[in-house]
Amino acid sequence: MSPPDALLHAVDRPNSWIGRARPREQAKRHAAGGGRFLDDLEPPRCLHAAFLRSPHAHARLLALDVTAAASQPGVFRVLVGADLDPVMTPWVGVLAHFKGLKSAPQYPLARGRAVFQGEPVAMVLAASRRAAEDALPHIHAEWEPLPVLTDPEESLAAPPIHAELGDNLAFTRTAETGDLQAAFARAHAVVESGFETARHTGVTLEPRGVLAHWDPAEERLTVHHGTQAPHMMKEIFVRHLGLAEEQVRVICPDVGGSYGVKIHTYQDEMACVAAARLLARPVKFVADRLESFQSDIHAREHRVHARMAVDADGRILAMDVEDLTGIGPYSVYPRTSAVEGNQVVNLSGGWYTMDAYRCRLRVAFTNKPPTCQYRAVGQPVAIALTEGLADLAARAVRLDPAEFRRRNLMPDGEYPAKAPSGVPLEGLSHQRALERLLEIMDYPALRRRQAEARAAGRHLGIGIASFIEVTNPSAMFYGVGGAPISAQDGCTVRLEPGGSATVASSLTEQGQGAEAVLAQVTADALGLDPARVRVVTGDTERTPYGGGTWASRGTGIGGEACLRAARGLSENIRALAGAVLQADPATLDLRDGAVVDAATGTGRMTLAEVGRLGYMRGDLLPPGVQPELSVTRHFQTRQYPFAFANGAQGCLLELDPETGWTSLLKHWVVEDCGTLVNPLLVDEQIRGGVVQGIGAALFEECLYDADGNLLNGTMADYLVPMAVEMPDIEVAHLCTPTAESALGAKGAGEAGTAAAPAAVMNALNDALAHFGARLTTMPFTPQRVLAALDAAGATAR
Amino acid sequence: MSGAVEIALTVNGEAVRRAVDPRLHLVDFLRSELGLTGSHLGCEHGVCGACTVRLDGETVRGCLVLAVQADGAAVETIEGLAADPAWDDLRAAFVARNALQCGYCTPGMLASAAELLAAGGVPTRDAIRDHLSGNYCRCTGYHAIVDAVESVARARAGAPAA
Repeated sequence: MSPPDALLHAVDRPNSWIGRARPREQAKRHAAGGGRFLDDLEPPRCLHAAFLRSPHAHARLLALDVTAAASQPGVFRVLVGADLDPVMTPWVGVLAHFKGLKSAPQYPLARGRAVFQGEPVAMVLAASRRAAEDALPHIHAEWEPLPVLTDPEESLAAPPIHAELGDNLAFTRTAETGDLQAAFARAHAVVESGFETARHTGVTLEPRGVLAHWDPAEERLTVHHGTQAPHMMKEIFVRHLGLAEEQVRVICPDVGGSYGVKIHTYQDEMACVAAARLLARPVKFVADRLESFQSDIHAREHRVHARMAVDADGRILAMDVEDLTGIGPYSVYPRTSAVEGNQVVNLSGGWYTMDAYRCRLRVAFTNKPPTCQYRAVGQPVAIALTEGLADLAARAVRLDPAEFRRRNLMPDGEYPAKAPSGVPLEGLSHQRALERLLEIMDYPALRRRQAEARAAGRHLGIGIASFIEVTNPSAMFYGVGGAPISAQDGCTVRLEPGGSATVASSLTEQGQGAEAVLAQVTADALGLDPARVRVVTGDTERTPYGGGTWASRGTGIGGEACLRAARGLSENIRALAGAVLQADPATLDLRDGAVVDAATGTGRMTLAEVGRLGYMRGDLLPPGVQPELSVTRHFQTRQYPFAFANGAQGCLLELDPETGWTSLLKHWVVEDCGTLVNPLLVDEQIRGGVVQGIGAALFEECLYDADGNLLNGTMADYLVPMAVEMPDIEVAHLCTPTAESALGAKGAGEAGTAAAPAAVMNALNDALAHFGARLTTMPFTPQRVLAALDAAGATAR
Repeated sequence: MSGAVEIALTVNGEAVRRAVDPRLHLVDFLRSELGLTGSHLGCEHGVCGACTVRLDGETVRGCLVLAVQADGAAVETIEGLAADPAWDDLRAAFVARNALQCGYCTPGMLASAAELLAAGGVPTRDAIRDHLSGNYCRCTGYHAIVDAVESVARARAGAPAA
């Protein structure tokens, strides 16, 4: 754990809260079982939805008869695609700035054809979920199976899934800088490798859910929705229900994990909203676990081939990357399914200096569930291929992996700079991060321990991975392409008459601690105990407009808006107090719930007295003084498309060559996310990210057969990391604040997931190298490890 | 569908009598019949542990037990644990260490942690990890959860903090 108060903000006053490791107020409620999640809500007259989903990955719907189902006990109505036409229009997941990106119209319920297994076809609305499920087998559906495309390479050569699109290439982009051919021509060594990251998914412990209610008297739609982006979802409901924006309100209850899963437009959720509009009854849907595996967005099905050229001193000359990804039959609305691959193009090699770079991306439609942005979008792929090549190149020039990185990482202090792809970088600390990592790992001692273990017949592997992390995106990320996705956040801070503060922010809370961050930032500016700050989030009607919590933007953007609002309120409070006390506001400060003389700390009046004066006793105020005790401010980044964070990770593992089992012994993270508002929250956020990254490296994969059937649709079959398999994770920090904001915070939510797979892969290959084996296909299951050992044994001996 | 079956049990010390569908799971019964929404459904396969509750003192998966099987039994849920001062230290430790983020796994996690702590002694971190492996958490890295449980075990045993 970070020592409390070790990283206080540069502009600290005596009562500063920015930088303090502090428990969250909100955690107390959850620890007492007081969470209110979507499935805990049950309004009167609520209808529960259950969906008939396509059993086929690709099939024509020859007949669909819902008559028998509609007469089952408790069933109110059974709806099919055409029933929703009067109230909902289809959507297409493209963005203008992804030139050539194409997709087909998507409807809430499949129309005449299903294009992935699990696609919703009909919905039963009944008095209970049980009654709705009981009626499903009474729907008569007749299918004619069609050819199924599960492999992206084969898909590109096959007839199009959507005839009107011409082919199955959804998107392609090539970035090229420098003279690639010349760089490879003068290389001392060229290394190359394939890398595969497996299709996996977020597995939020709370499944997706929605509760929609149309009030026919007021003609207003209220949607309770487990989402990261309520304002975005509101706009989507407005657009596709043909309503005016003042008719729609979206409210987030507690959200049981999201990681990018609950920020997209899902057919089943849209069908519920449409049904609520149509029937003027509350309609509720919560996915069960099979439905989650079948229909939550998937991610990361990337097949990479990459080369790296180095000179005789081990300096990187160039990288050449080919990335192919299969995204399912639709680009997901409104964020699109091109972003993940696009990040691979933008970020690969992005922490090394080199002369030339090329990356070609191809995005293919397939008949698996749609993929979209899941935590660390594209970064695990970019980092794994880059750091995998770095280790290969180090070996080729006989350098220790740490020394290879030392020679190639972008030098600190030479920013702004550009990534090899051309993406601008504001200010990073790669060299210091590497040295700090080696220090906390005690790298030389680990190498000695490894040698001793090997002498004793045990196989330890040590892996390191440097990385950049996308945080604080500007409007260049989505808004520029026409999506209803705000890159700014708004925040209102209000002084209450009793001297406490209420904050309303466009951020949302899924457990990361956004509300705690806002409370601390406000407390810092107002000289209040954070326990006296109430925070409201997740309601389009009660919070300022803004993007929400995603892409590690909450603290950096929403936190900055909050800081500005709270500082504005501090000014207003001091102006009011100054007018009453006949003091220059510049000589006043706010500390410990009171207005004090800044120089001496002498209390002049409490915030409760300010509040009372401001709200109740206008009669006592000097003429012309109008108290303004609510302040709203907005913030967005403009100068850089992203505020990149950076860091390095290390992994120590033990390989059992007899069983292929990989035991993780320890994991280390050095992260530079700029200003830390609450290190306690940041540390566990990073650790949680690491564990999701380890899941991707060792366990997680959505397995499909050649017919597009999901083979592991339960949590007994789809493996996520358990406590016993996870190591202790040590986290250390550097602090290079972004200059775009006063707060200086970058995000930290992607780091763990972004680079853990690369660190684990490099550690595993460090252990496998003893056997002449190497593995780059994730997840690294015991079966794959044994196969790699067998293959190496067959050639080496 | 067979008819409803009458069951009588105590839940968090309160006598409860209801007529339930024989197929109704205990966790669905607790949530929908009694409004005890602190127990959560994650996987419905007995794997994730989000629905962990105590049945006659033993921790069970609420999704693998039928409500009718709880007839005559004493059930304790997170709502009961939260009202029991004997577990104030455990809940406080989870909050202090930020051993929860979204909170969805937390009630089940606390039930399993309480079971381990009730056995007494100071378990090793590996033993804590092993014991909690039937409770999935997707948000934290488990590290803080292990910290929290370890700190309570040490404090209860009068051992110095790690």
